[in-house]
Amino acid sequence: MRYAKPETATDAARLLAAEPGVARVLAGGTDLLVQLKAGLVEPDLIVDIKHIAGLRDITPEAGGFRIGAAVSGAQLGEHAGVRALWPGVVEGVTLIGSTQVQGRATMAGNLCNGSPAADSVPALVAAGAVAQIAGPDGARDCPVLEIPLGPGRIALAKGEIIISILLPARPARSGDAYLRFTPRSEMDIGVASAAVALTLDDGGRVVAARVVLGAVAPTVRLVAPAAEALIGTRLEDGALAALAAACSAACSPIDDKRGTIAFRTEVAGVLARRAAVIAYHRAGGRK
Amino acid sequence: MKTIHVATTVNGDAVEFICAPEESLLDVLRNRLGLTGAKEGCGSGDCGACSITLDGRLVCSCLVLAAEAEGAEIGTIEGLAIGDALHPLQQAFIDHAALQCGICTPGILVAAKALLERNPDPTDTEIRYWLAGNLCRCTGYDKIIRAVQDAAKKMRAA
Repeated sequence: MRYAKPETATDAARLLAAEPGVARVLAGGTDLLVQLKAGLVEPDLIVDIKHIAGLRDITPEAGGFRIGAAVSGAQLGEHAGVRALWPGVVEGVTLIGSTQVQGRATMAGNLCNGSPAADSVPALVAAGAVAQIAGPDGARDCPVLEIPLGPGRIALAKGEIIISILLPARPARSGDAYLRFTPRSEMDIGVASAAVALTLDDGGRVVAARVVLGAVAPTVRLVAPAAEALIGTRLEDGALAALAAACSAACSPIDDKRGTIAFRTEVAGVLARRAAVIAYHRAGGRK
Repeated sequence: MKTIHVATTVNGDAVEFICAPEESLLDVLRNRLGLTGAKEGCGSGDCGACSITLDGRLVCSCLVLAAEAEGAEIGTIEGLAIGDALHPLQQAFIDHAALQCGICTPGILVAAKALLERNPDPTDTEIRYWLAGNLCRCTGYDKIIRAVQDAAKKMRAA
């Protein structure tokens, strides 16, 4: 195995593209080193992206923030600006693992690991986040929603790496929230999760919504009918019931030791409902 | 296999070592540098027994490649006491009998020190969440929380 720490995204992409064997990207390493230890992957090349300029930076951009791919959860959680703009995104990222894991784990790594239960992904999709991807032929932008393809599979070609994720500007009277269910409060993997981002008019009616579920399908799921159930409402009981029903209808989970199909399907709706209420209050709505 | 030369700082001292690309920082600390305070419990970032600080961040050294330590500032349990003078956290763990077998203790001390540097007056709940990634199978945690609170109190008064 070789270890490389390129200083530009182009060099990183070229190294990865030119490697005939197995290559892996290293940012926080909290998934990769576990896989190495377990013998799940035996890379010929590891490309450490932490020395690429800007990858550990959080930079204001067009009213939002560009989060470098090597920014740790702890670093993101300490950033008052990001916490104020997209609290649901920060909630998702900072739920991952322990304090020690937070010291290293990255949002982009969580996305690239390809887990359907990735805690940072639903709120990123709800926020309309866009990943900037560097490749051997240059850079491209891709909505976070389009990156997960299935468990362990992502829409990045050989030689491509995510270098940053743009959290866009948030319209006035907007709020987001993320909730997950785990059997214990810390150090666990979500059994079902939900993120909601809302924008209200000056009368407290929802004018825009994105509702996203995690851990209940092979990939994160953007549920348009659930968002439609909220549009024009002040989150009255009927609207919340329609939201929950739409979320449950969008689930296609697995049965495993952490939760049954029936449990995940019901809990996804409950979590979406609760997250919607939190997002509504954060947007300044009163009910 | 190509070996890698790494120049780093451990507990304030300049240190150089040679390692294999896949070697963890924990293995280098223990096997090459003789710093055996950090323990390998799970080797997969779940137990916290190998906790160290890397550039001021609390991390599991089993989840860091040794090669990543180039130019970094590393803090280990060996850096807590100053000569024969125990750190207040170490003294509090003795006073409160906050350990039994002791395998988890170095990691908990390093983690608790990182907490008190950020938050000198934490609540019990804040301590429990901060230490959620440090598993202890002996004490049941209550004595650990009491010891951290006692050390925090003494450090605030100092």
